Amino acid sequence: MSDSTHTGPMLAADGTPLKRSLRRALRAQKMRALALIAPLLIFVLLTFIAPIVDMLFRSVENQIVGNTLPMTVEELRDWDATEVPDEQVFRALFFDLFLAAEAKEHTKLGSRLNYEKSGISSLFRTSGRDMNDIGEVFQDALEEIDPAFEEASTWVEMMSGGARAEPNARLMSNQIARLEALEATTFSGDAEFLPGAAISDILPNTARAYAAFAAFTQFVDGKSVTKEEPWEAVYAALALDLEDPATKTAIASYAGPGADNLRQAAAATLPPIAMRDAFFESNKDWANVTFWETIKTYSPPYTTGYFLNAVDMEKTPQGIALRSEDERIYGILFQRTMFMSLMITFSCVALGYPVAWILANLPTRTANLLMILVLLPFWTSLLVRTSAWKVMLQQQGVINDVLVWLGLVADESRLVMINNQFGTIVAMTHILLPFMILPMYSVMQTIPPSYLRAAKSLGANNWTAFWRVYFPQSVPGIGAGSILVFILAIGYYITPEIVGGTTGTFISNRIAYHISSSLNWGLAAALGTILLAVVLILYWAYDKIVGIDNVKLG
Amino acid sequence: MNGFTLTPVETKPLSFSLPVIGAAGGFVGLFVGTAHGSGLMGVVIGAVALMVLAYVALVVLGLAQEKITRWGLVALFIVAGVLLAGVPGFVLGLLFGLFFSWFIFWIGEGRYRANLAPYLTSGQVLWHYAFRVICGAIFIFLITPILVVMPLSFNAQNFFTFTPEMLRFDPAGYSLKHYQDFFTSNEWQQALRNSLLIAPAATVLSVSFGTLAAIGLSSEHVPFRRAIMAVLISPMIVPLIISAAGMYFFYSRIGLQGTYLGVVLAHAALGIPFVIITVTATLVGFDRSLTRAAANMGADPVTTFFRVQMPLILPGVISGGLFAFITSFDEVVVVLFVGSANQQTLPWEMFTGLREQISPTILAVATILVVISIALLTTMEYLRRRSERLRGMSPS
Repeated sequence: MSDSTHTGPMLAADGTPLKRSLRRALRAQKMRALALIAPLLIFVLLTFIAPIVDMLFRSVENQIVGNTLPMTVEELRDWDATEVPDEQVFRALFFDLFLAAEAKEHTKLGSRLNYEKSGISSLFRTSGRDMNDIGEVFQDALEEIDPAFEEASTWVEMMSGGARAEPNARLMSNQIARLEALEATTFSGDAEFLPGAAISDILPNTARAYAAFAAFTQFVDGKSVTKEEPWEAVYAALALDLEDPATKTAIASYAGPGADNLRQAAAATLPPIAMRDAFFESNKDWANVTFWETIKTYSPPYTTGYFLNAVDMEKTPQGIALRSEDERIYGILFQRTMFMSLMITFSCVALGYPVAWILANLPTRTANLLMILVLLPFWTSLLVRTSAWKVMLQQQGVINDVLVWLGLVADESRLVMINNQFGTIVAMTHILLPFMILPMYSVMQTIPPSYLRAAKSLGANNWTAFWRVYFPQSVPGIGAGSILVFILAIGYYITPEIVGGTTGTFISNRIAYHISSSLNWGLAAALGTILLAVVLILYWAYDKIVGIDNVKLG
Repeated sequence: MNGFTLTPVETKPLSFSLPVIGAAGGFVGLFVGTAHGSGLMGVVIGAVALMVLAYVALVVLGLAQEKITRWGLVALFIVAGVLLAGVPGFVLGLLFGLFFSWFIFWIGEGRYRANLAPYLTSGQVLWHYAFRVICGAIFIFLITPILVVMPLSFNAQNFFTFTPEMLRFDPAGYSLKHYQDFFTSNEWQQALRNSLLIAPAATVLSVSFGTLAAIGLSSEHVPFRRAIMAVLISPMIVPLIISAAGMYFFYSRIGLQGTYLGVVLAHAALGIPFVIITVTATLVGFDRSLTRAAANMGADPVTTFFRVQMPLILPGVISGGLFAFITSFDEVVVVLFVGSANQQTLPWEMFTGLREQISPTILAVATILVVISIALLTTMEYLRRRSERLRGMSPS
């Protein structure tokens, strides 16, 4: 730099400006650091963050109604929700439900809608069974008119419109896509059967029903459509098409394969099509407008229904409203979770503060020995500690035995300390206490004991010296420990499940119940999302107060 | 404070020591009394007996014969214990005897003041010891549940409680049959094998990824450091039930639910925050000039890492690994959802056992796990000291 002849920008050894050279080096360093982090980041994103996001998505997802009853949902779009829908809707419902019943997906839809309106599940279950009977009327009638309708080959030929006919590939791929959505899988391979374009125009319902049948036979059953007699819905669809006089005239001039059979069927009188009455006969609840309202309300692919349910609300025709008094359980459960987590946090502060103090103020050697008493529970398996508390708190347990032996409690009136809130609070306080003591201890270690002596020598009494001098300095430790304990407590599952009984359980137990027992995954996801939101707010606060980098273990 | 006396010790007047000792005796007498029918009688008898004993010990026999007096008191308490409650009474008598033989002289001779500053008022002295008693009670609260499990696991009966035989210290009341059950039962052995398969695999994954990332994170110029850190730590913060639910839904979509791989991946994700935290903490004390020196002497980055950096941060890596191992070994919520019957681990087996059929085999397993955790704790402590020594700090 003493070289005063050089006036341009400072240069590095290789002649590039130092600034650029430095920036390049820095960039290389950054890239190296990112390259080291990248594998783990991708790993965590794939194994952990993706599942969480998937769960968030599931809490609003509601594609089952649209996937199971696509045509009904379409028909219901203009329904004004004042009276029972007309015949048109019931016809769509027949074909939807028929396919769903064949694929055995109708009960799933029934249980999904049952979460919103109880009783609806039996509606779908019983009517799903009756679909064959409703369609069989038309099958019998048509086969009586022309026995050729019993033959699988007649149908294949008729619906494909002959070997050289122009195919309607779009109709077939639509039906395959619909079946894929219904079965929640993807099928591979080409369709064995393609409906003819001409016949699809003349008999739209039959072509659609037959294409659905063909797709199901080939991809789900794994059989050949040329050897299978179509199912009842196809006959019903044909009857439906023949009901229209325009179809009859079109058939009269149609020359493709099976035209004669069709003409014969068109000339005869078929049983009247009254799907509405048939459904009412199958289950009188189809005449119940509220069930139809539920189907319509939950027909969009995304719903806030699970979240509303999670906060004890429901969708009604009049808008969103609170559930009736006896159906509100989640509000109470959230309140209880909050209350118990707070109780556990307070108990941990109350018990942890003196211990942290004494550990921080004893000579190091003694403090390290006592520290083992804190660390041993910390390192012991959670289930060991939980089973220990079960042993301690039972009615025939250690504490009750000791109390009875001492005569403080009569043998016949042993204390009930387990399977209630008390049990959960005691056991969880014990389990989480080390998480309170450790951060408090690390903060208190940094407070010089001379401050207290100084305060006392200036005339403060014990209490004032503690409250005005020591306590304010220990508050960060209390804050860190409290948030940590609260975050851990609010999402606890194992301990409440074992010692909590029915009154001492948390929201997590309800989530687990909905995943494994009631199978209401959407509601479980919604409850989980709410819980996650609470925890993330606390996590953010923890990061602000303590900093994630400053978390210490052991 | 150690070894020297802050305040000269002086014999307290009997008007002080006798009532204090009497009160302590009355307190103990209350429990002995209620156990035998009348609490009030217990209080009176206990208080009077202790005052008499204290008078005899302090005045009649005096300091000169302290040792003999102490042994005599212990013997007296043991005899009283055996007379009142048989064999368990022997233990209680011994404990009370040891306590009171010390307590009488501690109070009577004013020894309790020896370690305290001379200017403290009586109230402050009382608070000092009351505080220690409170802390002692909390320590007992912390450790008792773990200690209670151990003797119960030797129960000869299939009960979760102390049988009368156990309390009489009758050898017939004890047996190793629950341990035998654990080591011979197929279910438990399968669970143990699963645990020993899943935990190390998850640990290897999280340690290898975690250590690399921690080294990356601790370099000076990392963009989005805070955000990355928040993502990497999140498995520790998100409630387990939510992680479990999310993984259950997601892993069943991609066909990992109910497989070993799924459980290992899930456990590795849960262990990562611990590795990150411990290894970054170790790297804070790592002297970067060492890597520069190595590079200066011609070592390539890989050699530098394995020959220079790794040996120095090894204690941190190992303790992070231990954390990851214990996280997986102890984990039950996620494995309950992500695993299937084939992946039942020890905690899973214990959990279902606790919920459904209660068998003391669980307590035998618990005892084994406590022993393992003591071993781990010792290892951690050793590593901590070693790490501090390596970094040139004096171990505390």
